[in-house]
Amino acid sequence: MIEIHNIEKSFDGNPILKGISCTFETGKCNLLLGGSGTGKSVLLQCVVGLMQPDLGSITFDGTVFSNNKVQVRQEIRRKIGMLFQGSALFDSMTVAKNVEFPLQMLTPEMSREERRDRVEFCLKRVGLENAGEKMPSEISGGMKKRVGIARAIAPNCTYLFCDEPNSGLDPLTSLKIDELIQEITYEYNITTVIITHDMNSVIEIGDHIIFLYKGLKLWDGNKDEILNAQVPELKEFIFSSSLVRAAKRIDDETHSGVVNP
Amino acid sequence: MVKSFGQFLLFMQSMLVRKERFAVLWKRTIDECVTIGVNSIFIVAIVSAFIGAVTCVQIAYNLVNPLIPKSTIGYMVREMTILELAPTITSIVLAGKVGSSIAGGLGTMRITEQVSALEVMGINSASYLVLPRILGAIFMFPLLVILAMALSIVGGYLAGSLTGSISGQEYIEGIRTDFIPYNIFFALVKSIVFAFLVSAISAFKGYYTEGGALEVGTASTTAVNNSIIAILIADFVLAAVLL
Repeated sequence: MIEIHNIEKSFDGNPILKGISCTFETGKCNLLLGGSGTGKSVLLQCVVGLMQPDLGSITFDGTVFSNNKVQVRQEIRRKIGMLFQGSALFDSMTVAKNVEFPLQMLTPEMSREERRDRVEFCLKRVGLENAGEKMPSEISGGMKKRVGIARAIAPNCTYLFCDEPNSGLDPLTSLKIDELIQEITYEYNITTVIITHDMNSVIEIGDHIIFLYKGLKLWDGNKDEILNAQVPELKEFIFSSSLVRAAKRIDDETHSGVVNP
Repeated sequence: MVKSFGQFLLFMQSMLVRKERFAVLWKRTIDECVTIGVNSIFIVAIVSAFIGAVTCVQIAYNLVNPLIPKSTIGYMVREMTILELAPTITSIVLAGKVGSSIAGGLGTMRITEQVSALEVMGINSASYLVLPRILGAIFMFPLLVILAMALSIVGGYLAGSLTGSISGQEYIEGIRTDFIPYNIFFALVKSIVFAFLVSAISAFKGYYTEGGALEVGTASTTAVNNSIIAILIADFVLAAVLL
């Protein structure tokens, strides 16, 4: 479980995060939802340690991460896997080498055979058992995301962070990536945090959803509650999607017994 | 400027704390030696051979006094090559080739979040990406400068012989006149300093790239410009201090 308490972050006096407190639960897909420029990515970067918050604290399973000793932060970081928006694969390495890289760096005690077996297992888990020898430039966007997931889970991560895993993907591939992340979260009982503004993902895998608006947390709930949330900013955000609007109208009509021609 | 210099010093410090394991560092350094050194042999060879040839021909053209022996041409080619042309021109050429490659490579890694990926894994990205590049440059620049010295002198010999400006025997006589071994040491010290400047400045510019493809290009250009200026200043300082 990751607990965030009163996080604040400003850039050149411009506040981006205004005292956000929330909890990311273990074994669940925790979604950070919000429009562009609401502070989702900044919050995620503070949580994974790429950015230092101005105020507040972050704890990973009871261990304080922010403002702690470098060694403690390193230990926690080694339990973190992250899928970046652009996948961030190392373009000078093959797919298999990309997946092997964290094992090579973080677990020197592993033998070459053990590493190879783990790479094979991870690539098979994401459905890319035949792509190991390909270069990142030779595979599609969806495959890159899968390799990113395989690389993230290779060292048995406890916390998985995904920065807009569906960006640039077609709806079907998006759905498959969402399902894969959800399966992995349940299978390994890890704490998964996903940044998204894709309503399909929200409805599909939103076990726990946090809605951010202008640097503030406005709503906290799950996928079953979100369509009935009474926060105007959230309603505006959700129903800006015509698909969701249509689905809601059909749902309302079904329940009221009125069917329009 | 003071702020940038302070940032540069902090960058250098960050590279040296929490270093990666020796085996990883060694493998990465060898890879960089190939990229920086082996892949630059061709351009260094071409540039240095022609510089030696042109130096020989132009000295011969200017040396019209019959009282000065022709072997002076060989002597002057050697002195100019060892003291200045081989270390400085080679380093300027390498600032263009290696410096832009380092800045462009690191800049691209930065904007495509590959540097962030390393950081999230708990790897010191400065140590993993930059230290091997600097060590690779420090190992390879002196070797390339030695190659440039040899090829410049050979280039001068061939040009002198082919154009009839000086006979081979006279040229070799000039090359062997009043040789000072310390000059070789001085040239190698210069090459090590230039190697550090080119690789560290280029890495600094690339590592802190922000934005997109346009900024990567700007970082590469700035890296080359700053490296060349740093080489020229260091060249003067070293000459004033060590000669």
